[in-house]
Amino acid sequence: MKHIVGKVVLLGFQGVGKTALVTRYVENSFHRQIAPTVGASFFTCKVEADGNMVTLQIWDTAGQERFKAMAPMFYRNANAALLVFDLTSQTSFESIKMWVQELKGNVDEPMMLCMVGNKIDLNDQREVSREQALAYSQSIDATYLECSAKTDQGVGLIFQKLAQGLLRLQGLTSTLKVYDDDIMANSSELEATDTANEETVNVSIGSIAHGNTVNFGKCC
Amino acid sequence: MSTLEVEPGAAPESGLVTTDTLDNFDEMSCSLEEIKNINPSIEDEESNDNAIINEHFDETVSNDNEVASVDDDFELNKDWIGKDKHVFVLSMAGKPIYSRYGNEDKLAWLFGVMQTLVSFIQSSDDCIQSIHAGNTHFVFLVKKPLILVTVSKTRESESQLRIQLNYVFNQITNILTLTRLNKIYEQRQNYDLRRLLSGVERLIDHLLTFSENEPSVMLGAVQCLPLAASVRDTISSAITGACSKIKNLVFAILLANNKLITLVRMKKYCLHPADLHLIFNLVQASESFKNSESWTPLCLPRFDASGFLYGHVSYLSEDCQACLLLLTVERDVFFTLSEAKQKIVEKLRRSNCLEAINESLSTPGESSASAGFVEIRHYLYKCKSTSQFYQPILSPPYTQTKEPLTRIYKRAHHRLHNSSRPLKLMFERSADEAILAWDTKGFELFVVFEPLIDTSAAIMLVGRLLNWIKKKEERLFHLNAPTF
Ligand SMILES: Nc1nc2c(ncn2[C@@H]2O[C@H](COP(=O)(O)OP(=O)(O)OP(=O)(O)O)[C@@H](O)[C@H]2O)c(=O)[nH]1
Ligand SMILES: [Mg+2]
Repeated sequence: MKHIVGKVVLLGFQGVGKTALVTRYVENSFHRQIAPTVGASFFTCKVEADGNMVTLQIWDTAGQERFKAMAPMFYRNANAALLVFDLTSQTSFESIKMWVQELKGNVDEPMMLCMVGNKIDLNDQREVSREQALAYSQSIDATYLECSAKTDQGVGLIFQKLAQGLLRLQGLTSTLKVYDDDIMANSSELEATDTANEETVNVSIGSIAHGNTVNFGKCC
Repeated sequence: MSTLEVEPGAAPESGLVTTDTLDNFDEMSCSLEEIKNINPSIEDEESNDNAIINEHFDETVSNDNEVASVDDDFELNKDWIGKDKHVFVLSMAGKPIYSRYGNEDKLAWLFGVMQTLVSFIQSSDDCIQSIHAGNTHFVFLVKKPLILVTVSKTRESESQLRIQLNYVFNQITNILTLTRLNKIYEQRQNYDLRRLLSGVERLIDHLLTFSENEPSVMLGAVQCLPLAASVRDTISSAITGACSKIKNLVFAILLANNKLITLVRMKKYCLHPADLHLIFNLVQASESFKNSESWTPLCLPRFDASGFLYGHVSYLSEDCQACLLLLTVERDVFFTLSEAKQKIVEKLRRSNCLEAINESLSTPGESSASAGFVEIRHYLYKCKSTSQFYQPILSPPYTQTKEPLTRIYKRAHHRLHNSSRPLKLMFERSADEAILAWDTKGFELFVVFEPLIDTSAAIMLVGRLLNWIKKKEERLFHLNAPTF
């Protein structure tokens, strides 16, 4: 069993449900009143995929315009970008295109792109058609998925796909950490990591304590 | 009145900048440059930051406007006209930026009038300060590149209103930095700043309510969470221990419930209470910090208006709702600080400090009657040298609504600091209450008594009260000014 540790960045217009999506997966909860993210929030979780363990270090960025200048800090070292838009807002879809442009211009290492149309529970108010989104995702080599953070529909699959995508990135990028077993992965989470600035990886006590007993698709 | 040698709450050194009321708000320092010069390795982001601003200038269409059309016509609305205090922010070119009530776009005409007034007076090389009509005050603060205006019926004094406008200006600087704000308008006089301030209206709303209802802004001081001195020291040393090796960390601030628990700082640097108020406001108004660790840029305008500090923000733990901010000049050290935070929490847990914090948070605090001062309804005591204040909890008749009390304090405060005729001491009795206000070199004191108290009894009580505060000072004030 392999264990890889990958960095994921969530990008998208304000209010599309980035925080709702992560907290739905990590804490399995949904709050109608989620406060807008300030700066960026950090989460970690584990996903089992194809018999391997993937630890995701997730940066949930703020969509508010004033934080845009901060984004490079988070996507620069990311192995995957989750580009989230709101199916009921064409504006938020256009915003994805802008993010893709920015990533293309600033990221050199291979990165998995995953486009997510959120709020499918509001299907009757849809402004972005599935075809439109699919066509664009294919043009940029991204995976496309739809979900609802509110009802949990399709949320698990997104993180499955993310984990599988990261597994496929092994060997293609120097910023992805690969360990041959879990113990190694856990202990090395304590050490300095790969990023340019010798930052130390955040150690989630929970993730160590739980060791191998991780439920499929659910987080630590 | 009192025989104390040193006023309560005073300390040889203070982590907070000493404030006198109505201090000069234009003063700004440039601490960031200094710190960065000591550590030249820190990359300067201004240049690339700028490029990004430009790129996105036109990109996103704000969809605020669409939503707006559904709203009522606020300017014609009785409700809108009847508001106690309006606050408006506009650019020098007259572009609406913020209105406390109603939709700015609908009020374009009003912003136009305000801009015209300002530029009309400016054309004769003068600056408009205020207009008074009956009991409505129009106060203007022209602070390049913005114009701030308040229209108030609250009976707050002009200088108190001006301080609030300054706070609003600082809140905007806190989000953007003054450098960026200036640059934006240098590049485009007509820029619609609301695009960059989306989400900030909430912060400004919150700040205004805070400055109206809490004495901290009026006093220019901060209240501490009552804790045994030994507990506070243990907390401070847990922070120093975990952070002493981390370069470029400027401030570590632990707060709960709008009260300061401790402040640890880089040698040589102090925090201005006005900056700390912005931090309190940010933490209180941002629910999102509660769910996870966050990383956010913020500018402390009194510390340095030109650039950002970066903050690791998190609550100590599920079972202890105190918020820890670790502020650094480096933009890439989240994980280092995250690790330091873990260490701090472990240490605090082991030394039972989390419990101590929780206990202080859950006990309602003392009223002045329960401390033995039955004739005193409420009081505010500010120690000037440490910029900290203490107040007991509310007791009748102010438990239902605090508003009358706030008004009494604001009036008394204005009487003391009235620039044309400042007072050192005043005692005033009305049918409802008596108030004594006293401004000395070391402290400021406002005491509200039962209405029937006579002068000599009041003076005697004040002496006793000061002694009582002195005796409790270790618990009520943060008397150390620890550094990393
Ligand atoms: N109906 C519906 N509402 C959702 C869904 N996901 C999120 N929301 C709502 O959308 C709003 C914004 O959600 P957030 O998760 O805060 O959005 P965000 O993308 O994190 O926003 P920023 O942090 O400002 O960038 C909240 O009121 C959520 O309740 C969903 O799947 N369905
Ligand atoms: Mg969010």
